[in-house]
Formats: sequence, C-alpha cells, structure tokens
Amino acid sequence: MINEPKIVEITEIVTETPTIKTFKFDWDFETLGKPNPGEFLMIWNFNNEKPMSISQINDDELAITVKNIGEFTSQLHDLKIGDQIGVRGSYGHGFDNSFEGKKIIAIGGGVGMAPINAIASDLAKNNDVSVISAAQTKDELLFLDSLEKLGVSVYPCTDDGSFGFEGFATNCLSDLLEDSTYDFAFVCGPEIMMKGIFDILEDAGITGQYSLERYMKCALGVCGQCCVDSEGWRICVEGPVFENDKISQITEFAKYRRDASGVKY
Amino acid sequence: MLKTNVCGVEFRNPLMLAAGIMGSNASSMNWILKSGAGGVVSKSFSLNPHPGYPNPTTVAVDGGILNAIGLSNPGVENFKEELKKIDHEDNVVIASIYGANPSEFSQLVEEVQEHVDMIELNISCPHAMEGYGASIGQDCNLSHTIVAAAKDASDVPIIAKLTPNVTDITEIAKTCEDAGADCLSLINTLGPGMKINIDVAKPVLFHKSGGMSGKAIKPIAVSNVYSVYEAVDIPLIGVGGIYTFEDVVEFIFAGARAVQIGTAIMDEGVEVFSRINKGLEEFMNDKGYSSIDEMVGIAHD
Repeated sequence: MINEPKIVEITEIVTETPTIKTFKFDWDFETLGKPNPGEFLMIWNFNNEKPMSISQINDDELAITVKNIGEFTSQLHDLKIGDQIGVRGSYGHGFDNSFEGKKIIAIGGGVGMAPINAIASDLAKNNDVSVISAAQTKDELLFLDSLEKLGVSVYPCTDDGSFGFEGFATNCLSDLLEDSTYDFAFVCGPEIMMKGIFDILEDAGITGQYSLERYMKCALGVCGQCCVDSEGWRICVEGPVFENDKISQITEFAKYRRDASGVKY
Repeated sequence: MLKTNVCGVEFRNPLMLAAGIMGSNASSMNWILKSGAGGVVSKSFSLNPHPGYPNPTTVAVDGGILNAIGLSNPGVENFKEELKKIDHEDNVVIASIYGANPSEFSQLVEEVQEHVDMIELNISCPHAMEGYGASIGQDCNLSHTIVAAAKDASDVPIIAKLTPNVTDITEIAKTCEDAGADCLSLINTLGPGMKINIDVAKPVLFHKSGGMSGKAIKPIAVSNVYSVYEAVDIPLIGVGGIYTFEDVVEFIFAGARAVQIGTAIMDEGVEVFSRINKGLEEFMNDKGYSSIDEMVGIAHD
C-alpha cells in the first residue's frame, strides 16, 4: 500500500461496453503491495482523484473498470495507451478470498461487476463459482466471456430481456435459488439492488459480503467523509466490503448517502 | 484518576478527538467516544454547506500527512441534527465553527450552543479560503474582534484554536485571552506544506499546498504550548502529532490540561484512545501522580 500517488502508464484499454472501459497498468507487487479482491485504488488524473474498484489482479498488473458517468470518468475515458495516471492504495477491507471447495455465488449489477470480476476470477481456481452479471441491456453486460473461460458458470441478466435472464438481478437470484443453494455470496451494484439481494440471501440463510461506495476524500481513514450511520464505520477502512451482520447495522444502506459537503441525499 | 477540568468543564479523561478528523457525523463521533475519548470536537462547520476543494485533498509525507480538505461541511442547519445525536452522557461535546466575520461567528454560536458543552473557534486553518481560518488567527486585531464577538454571544466556554504559522504565537494567545477566550487549543496544522510529484512535476494536492499534521509536528506543538503557558492564565488544550501516552505526558508537562488527537487514527485506528488512556494511567501510577491537575505545567521552572 502506498499513500502518495505512484505514476503509472496505461498499457491496455478495453472498450467493454458503449459506456464502460477497462484500463490496465503495471503494478509491482513487491514494492507497491499486492491488492486483495474488493480493495480499491485512488486514481489521480491530475485534475481530480476518485476511488475505483480493482477489476483484475494479474501478475504485477492491475486493472480498473470505469463507467462514464460524469466529468472525471469522462476524462478517464479520453485516456489513450501510454497516458499517465497517479495511483495510490490499495485501500480498504476487501472480499474474503480464502474459500476452497465451496459453492460460491457472485452477483454484480452494472459496473458493480468490477470487484465481482476480481473475486470471482480468484475464487474460480479452487471453488465452484457462479456469477450473475446484470445490466440494463445486452450491450452493457460485463465479463461474460472472460469469466466463462475461467470455468465460472455465468448467468447474464438484463432488465429489458435483450440477453439472458429477463428481469433484475434479484429475480435471477430467486430463480437460481429454486434449484440450488450456495455456501457464500459476493455482491456489488446499485445499493437498491444490493438491498434486494441482501433480503433474498438472508431468507435463504446464505452469508454474503457486500461492497459499498461513498463519496471519498482522504481514503486514509481520517477525514470522516465516508463514515456511515449509525456505527460511524469508514467505507475506506472498515469497508468497502461488509458482511451481513454489519450491513444490517448500516442504517443508511439503500436509504441515503452524503455529498462532498456532507449533505444527505 | 484521568479526570481533568478545563475552564469548568469536566472531562473523564484528557483525550478528545481533534477537529477535522472523523467529525462529520454523530455516528463517527459516538464511535470515537465509545472507543475511549473523553470528548469530541466536531469538524469545523459554517453557516452554509460548503463542498471544500476537489481531490486530491490529502497526501502522505514523511512524518505525517498534508491536507487541504478546504473546510467542507453540510452547514449549521444540517450539523445541528448531528450534534443532537451525539451521546452527551459523561462526554464533552465541542462544536468547531468557522466564519469570515464577527457576525457569522456570533450567529453560529447562537445556533449551536444549546447542543454543546464548549465551542472551538477555527481561526487557524491554513488551507481556508481567503478571509477565513488562519487569515484571522494570524492577525491580532481580527482575532480579538472574532473572539470577542463569539464570547459575547455565548453561554458556553469559548476555545480559540491557534495557528503555529505566526511570528510569535504568544502575542495571538494573549490577544485571544484579552478578548475573552475561556481556553486556547494549539496547534492547528503546520505550514502550509507542499508535496510535488517529480514524475509529472506537479503539486499533488489540488489546492497545491496543505496543512501538515502527524508525528513530525509534535515538538513544535509542545514548544508552542510551553511558551503560551507562560504567557496566559487561561487553560490550554494541546494538539499536534500525539500518538502515545508519552506524547500526552509531554503536552501536560508543557502546560496542557487536555489534548486532542487526530492523525494518529490513520495509523493506530480508533483504539488509540483506550490505549493511551491505559498507558497514561499506568505512567501516573508508576510515577506517583494522583491527578492530571498536579502534572500540568511541571516542566516549567
């Protein structure tokens, strides 16, 4: 982990969907640290700095997968191979990747598939992993082929039914649970989706880990910007990944968050 | 044994959360109190919401961190709701406020005093917008006007937080005392300092420079507390780079009746409060001190 930005060059850019790109860069694990799936990086494009999930952890190489949703991400999407960014981290309490011989379900909604890709790829080596990759429409589905190549059972799911299961990730999960069960779950996506998944998994008695996001400033655990009600936990240190028991104590989960000023919305 | 009294306010121990650290909402401040702090100082807030500077707002350097968060806060109306939710039982709750002129400070005091035990005036932030923070606390006349206005409006004790970035901190300290401050806290962050990334030849912080906190500033903070203790009669709260009970003892011996802890949470977690309290109590037992009071200022001749 490093607490000042390391300047790296973009070595590869993959246009995943019309709105989502993956950026790869070298990251020397020995000197900079090897991240665990579920941890995040602070990405500095010399205008601003924002937290981004790690989507791939390869040998001395990392990737982030970014949806173009605003000014900063639009600037990232304009980057070309060979352009530089500043990277610090990795930060946070990530996913538990110690499972072996287990039946795992991992569920990602939209660009929430980024950390799900990292944990599913890792666990696929020693576990029976299923992934629900959910998106609004076929063109926005992420990582179907690459996960299948790793031996993951992939269940694509689209809101409009243009590919795979027609409906929300919650409907798709309920469908799968009719015939099977799982030892453990990993979830990342819009909070309203995660809340729906949480309720279904709780009913089914399946423990899961959920990756949250909040507006971040320091990522060092001091500024207090990302602290959540009502236990005060820092998304950047105690999170971004929380297990069921902790999720149920995050009273703002799927209800509200705070902007850069700290005003709730 | 660890109890201390600062201008009539009883603390169950001398440790409190420093302003600007995990003080944005009641939940995190309650967590700090449960973790052993005797009091909390909120993040500084103003009359209206303010987003602060864009990122990067912090960067680590040798001996600490630089920050230019830029006084982001949700404004007094929203902040009052947080202050109400802080667990006041046996805990000291302090609001840190900032403004640009006497009337803003008075208005803030009037808005929040019923929800807090003390009010700390941020007249010392080195990365504030022009006219705020240290631009007040580096000027004796402005400091006097602001402190006097806040004191006039207040029924609770007023703490003036001092910047070390002045020629002579004792002059500002005496001015604040004359203006009616009940207590002084010192020091705010040092500098400003700057970190330049040499690969891209740019300052890392969006604001270019930021206030330095952490271990490296502790000797300066201790020295400032020592000097100010000899210059004024009002009680002092020491702050700057405290990580261990030994650090706390240094500040108390220099003249502080209580201390504030911030950056240490980055490295030590919220457990830092209970660990320091335990170490401090053992130290007092070993050395035969029975109260904080008898330790205050004993490093002076």
